[in-house]
Amino acid sequence: MIQQVEDPAVEVHDLTVTYHKKPVLWDIDLTLPRGAIIGIIGPNGAGKSTLIKSMMNLIPHSSGYVRIFDSNIDEVRPQVSYVPQKESVDWDFPASVMDVVLMGRYARLGLFKRPRKADREVALDCLKKVGMEAYKSRQIAQLSGGQQQRVFLARALAQEAEIYFMDEPFAGVDAATEKAIIGLLREMSEKGKTVVVIHHDIQSALEYFNWIVLLNMRLVASGPTQETLIPSLLEETYGGKLTLLAEVGNLMHKKEFTGRDKR
Amino acid sequence: MDAFWIILTGSFVSISCGLLGSYLILRRMAMVGDAISHAVLPGIVIAFLISGQRDSITMLIGAGVLGVLTTFLIEFLHKRGNLQTDASIGVTFTWLFALGIILISAYAGQVDLDQDCVLHGEIAYVPIDLWITSTGKIIGPRAVFITGSVLIIIISFIIIGYKELFLTTFDPAFAAAIDISTAMWHYLLMGAVSLATVASFESVGAILVVALLIAPPATAYLLTEKFLFMLILTAFLGIFISVTGYYLAVSIDGSIAGAMSTIAGLLFALAFLFSPKEGIIITWLKNRIIKKELSESF
Repeated sequence: MIQQVEDPAVEVHDLTVTYHKKPVLWDIDLTLPRGAIIGIIGPNGAGKSTLIKSMMNLIPHSSGYVRIFDSNIDEVRPQVSYVPQKESVDWDFPASVMDVVLMGRYARLGLFKRPRKADREVALDCLKKVGMEAYKSRQIAQLSGGQQQRVFLARALAQEAEIYFMDEPFAGVDAATEKAIIGLLREMSEKGKTVVVIHHDIQSALEYFNWIVLLNMRLVASGPTQETLIPSLLEETYGGKLTLLAEVGNLMHKKEFTGRDKR
Repeated sequence: MDAFWIILTGSFVSISCGLLGSYLILRRMAMVGDAISHAVLPGIVIAFLISGQRDSITMLIGAGVLGVLTTFLIEFLHKRGNLQTDASIGVTFTWLFALGIILISAYAGQVDLDQDCVLHGEIAYVPIDLWITSTGKIIGPRAVFITGSVLIIIISFIIIGYKELFLTTFDPAFAAAIDISTAMWHYLLMGAVSLATVASFESVGAILVVALLIAPPATAYLLTEKFLFMLILTAFLGIFISVTGYYLAVSIDGSIAGAMSTIAGLLFALAFLFSPKEGIIITWLKNRIIKKELSESF
């Protein structure tokens, strides 16, 4: 089930990526709709992070190409924002919450230029959106996991981009943060921003996303949530892991109706 | 006056090294500083052999080239050879340093480029080596001007690239996503480290440079949680180390470079014990107070 869209936010054409001569992504060909909240789902080692990194052209492609808003990535780079996995940085780094959020403004500042008052205002506004304005002078070493994730999100928001790539923003966060993040994603989507999210939990995926990409080194499915999050495709994605599959089946069964009506 | 020149040179050197060292320790690359400080040796010797004179500018260029080459080699062995970073550092710098030693002993042994000087440096000679113009006017010790210029270059580099260096140090993945070249800033920083190292060569030598690169910023890191404060504090620690190191050396009639590094180590030990953030003794006291309060409240 691979559904293509007209005038896509992201177009991936015949993409293959290898790492140390081992293929990580095989012949991915997909288009993602504008203004959608898109979930990328697949088992560990399926190449989910690799896929979004190649979409942003942060790692070299072995073949194929990626176009964002029908342009080369380098032409629209300021419109593209990235939320890396929060484990990818050292949170003991001597920096304040404000320092980190201001980094989102760096893309708009050239060399020599310091963030101005206007940049600080945008940053503060973004901290308000994630409910962290009270923590602006706090050192990042003192934050909890959920707060770290919110700060990363605020930094991406401060960039005022059109498309956001997020690497597991829901991993290791508390329930309140998860709720705050999904509320924010919906708000962004209403404003026409495209959000691409790597996600692990199939149960909540049904509720959170309106477009799903199922990935396991090759593309299993790409399409609207209701048509892609079905047992047969999930089985294909998570192939072989029977206990997990049974669990998935149960979940799907339980969630089928509530999930459909919730959105 | 001699004391003044020596302390001034020492301060210039330790501020330059400390500022760059702050970035190195936050990038978990402290040992790259060690590697560069040793691996620039063949660069200095080759520059000397080509130009035939112990002219500081030529040696700075030779060392700078080798310093950046070292970081290239380390990256190359790590990425292409799939070798661990520490192993690729260990292989690269020892090999280059050995090459430098061979070059000195074989070709430059009769000139005033001797191993002792390169390895240990001698800051006490700073006031003797004067910069005299063609008209015979004495301007001042040569080392003061060299280390001073290097310090100005390094401070300008940090001011110009402050936010880029800050971002590429904290989160290189995000930096790359917003089109800030992590590789370019990495090599610029490494070039600056090579410069600072070479400028420090004559005064503190190849081995003790590492003390000035790492100890003051590591001390500052324990004392503050703000990056800008960390840089400023590192600079002040550098000055303090030069002053006290000099007088310690005078009072015991010992090596100035050795005394400076000893003071740097002592300051680190003090910060380790008494830092308000994570100091061993402070943490112990805090825990005691909490325990006491808890036991009293029951």
